[in-house]
Amino acid sequence: MSRGVETELPQARYSYGGDEFVFVELAEAMSLKVNFRAMAITNKLEEERIEGVMDICPSNASYMVRIDPDVLHPDDLISRLEEIDAEAGDIQGFELRTRVVDVPVMMEDPWTHETLMRFRDRHQDPDATDLEYSARINGYDSKEDFIAALLGSPWLVTMIGFVPGLPWCYQLVPPEEQVEVPKYVRPRTYTPERAFGFGGGFAVVYSVEGAGGYQLYGLAPAPVLDVKQELKDFQDSIVFPKPGDVFNYRGIDREEFDEIRGRVEDGTFEYRKKDFVFHPDRALDDPHTYNEEILGVLYGD
Amino acid sequence: MAIRVKSPGLLTTVQDTGRLGEYAIGMPPSGAMDVFSYQVGNYLVGNEEGAAGLEITYFGPELEFTEDAVVAVTGAQMPPKINGDEAPTWETLAVEAGDVLTFDYLQNGARSYLAVAGGIDVPVFMHSRSTYTLIGLGGHEGRALGEGDELALGEAGDRSDRVGMAVEEQQIPRYSKETELRVIIGLASYRLTEESMVEFLNTTWTVTPDADRVGYRYKGGELGFVEREQPAGAGADQANVVDFGYPVGSIQVPGGVEPIVLMNDAVTGGGYATIGTVISADRDKLAQTKTNDKTRFRSVDLEEALAAREERRKQMAEIKEALTRT
Repeated sequence: MSRGVETELPQARYSYGGDEFVFVELAEAMSLKVNFRAMAITNKLEEERIEGVMDICPSNASYMVRIDPDVLHPDDLISRLEEIDAEAGDIQGFELRTRVVDVPVMMEDPWTHETLMRFRDRHQDPDATDLEYSARINGYDSKEDFIAALLGSPWLVTMIGFVPGLPWCYQLVPPEEQVEVPKYVRPRTYTPERAFGFGGGFAVVYSVEGAGGYQLYGLAPAPVLDVKQELKDFQDSIVFPKPGDVFNYRGIDREEFDEIRGRVEDGTFEYRKKDFVFHPDRALDDPHTYNEEILGVLYGD
Repeated sequence: MAIRVKSPGLLTTVQDTGRLGEYAIGMPPSGAMDVFSYQVGNYLVGNEEGAAGLEITYFGPELEFTEDAVVAVTGAQMPPKINGDEAPTWETLAVEAGDVLTFDYLQNGARSYLAVAGGIDVPVFMHSRSTYTLIGLGGHEGRALGEGDELALGEAGDRSDRVGMAVEEQQIPRYSKETELRVIIGLASYRLTEESMVEFLNTTWTVTPDADRVGYRYKGGELGFVEREQPAGAGADQANVVDFGYPVGSIQVPGGVEPIVLMNDAVTGGGYATIGTVISADRDKLAQTKTNDKTRFRSVDLEEALAAREERRKQMAEIKEALTRT
């Protein structure tokens, strides 16, 4: 065996999602590498504009394609996907033309705090807050240290969905630094719109008010979904996040929160963002150095 | 204005073929749950395919027409009455300005469809008129109809020559309290133990009260997962996976006890293991089941699913052909 396990691609599982979907699970475990592979394959598929492909949905460690089987036979699509995976799946030289975005979040805000206290009976640890609990089970000495870790490195948007506009985000840090928390024992029946939460290995911003099971840490003042498309960032789509975006969650105080809310409400808010060519291999090789560079692009002039 | 809602019924929404092609931003398709009945309604009144109609769930509304119209009621047997006189289903009907359309109690099925010549004219949002109530978009003000709502109709011209046209008896679906749904096993079905997969397919499941446009939840068996050390990012519970996409019609088993089939207004992804997908041809049938009905799931291969899809397409084409005046 000359090839090391490291470079071997795990065998993808191709599956029919009924007659209208093809579902491809690249790996059971999440990693940055597997998400880059999903993105490389789905970007390539997008470029090919194959007739009968209706939706291309990259997800965390998998992807899904909705087809019109009257036009495109699922097996024909799968054959092509296998070829694309063989060509592009090792992500060698894969570049992602994307954006790096400043996403302000007020941690320990009064609104999500009120919510999480209301649903204490559905939580693993009714005597702690979600942040205190998450910090403890991830081996942090204090919730402040835990918050510093979440806000200290940027995140990759790895999937959009659940409800319109909700971004799943995976932090651009080495595996041993990844945070992992369980979801609530029983889901809440209420979550405020724009809540910043965490479940499994993923951070999210809830795009709409509703049920939810992720741990609640804070609240974002700016929306990720704008159905009326009143804000500039939403002119082309009701949804702001895109798979492959790099989000930097930046902690803000109540004063800045209120100031941004004011600009959202009068329609003048715009995310701080920069175009960016993301190199997955650099994020895998030396994430912390690369992250410094990414943040330099976002906040430097 | 052409229809005034005197009372809305239990859940009456404007639907069409759905908001397709937006899955990647997390937008479920919405649209008529029973596409067959909805489309045949359009054929009866001579509408273009995709004209919006009303989906009427369990208990019908009371609708006053403010102008003459040509209508048809298809789907669940919820006999329509015009000014109190019973009228046939699966048949083109004439209503006059001032007439009131009501519906008798549900006799079988779950959802009736009202097609009106010209279609229900609500604003198009992202190329569809379908209502998606969760975030309040599409349809009439993004919500189910309420008392006092007024609906406009699209331009229809004179279609009075269609009145009395009917779908042939043998083409009308019969809804039973016991339904078999065909599924393609797959997705993350490897998470279920072999015995549990056998049990899933051998159990007669009962539809719980949690059965709506988002999904149908069933009870009657208990399924177990293959024990594994949970992979990175999946979360601690054996039912959890690294969050992935959910096909429309996919089946998940959150606690191992109550399988859920996701339908038109469902979430587009999440972290519960999915074990298979109801085939597209059988979603119509599923949409006509209701709380306490019995359901069995039968495993089929892709070939059978595609054959069923083709058969349904042909049947709809035949009905359309028979209802097209030359």
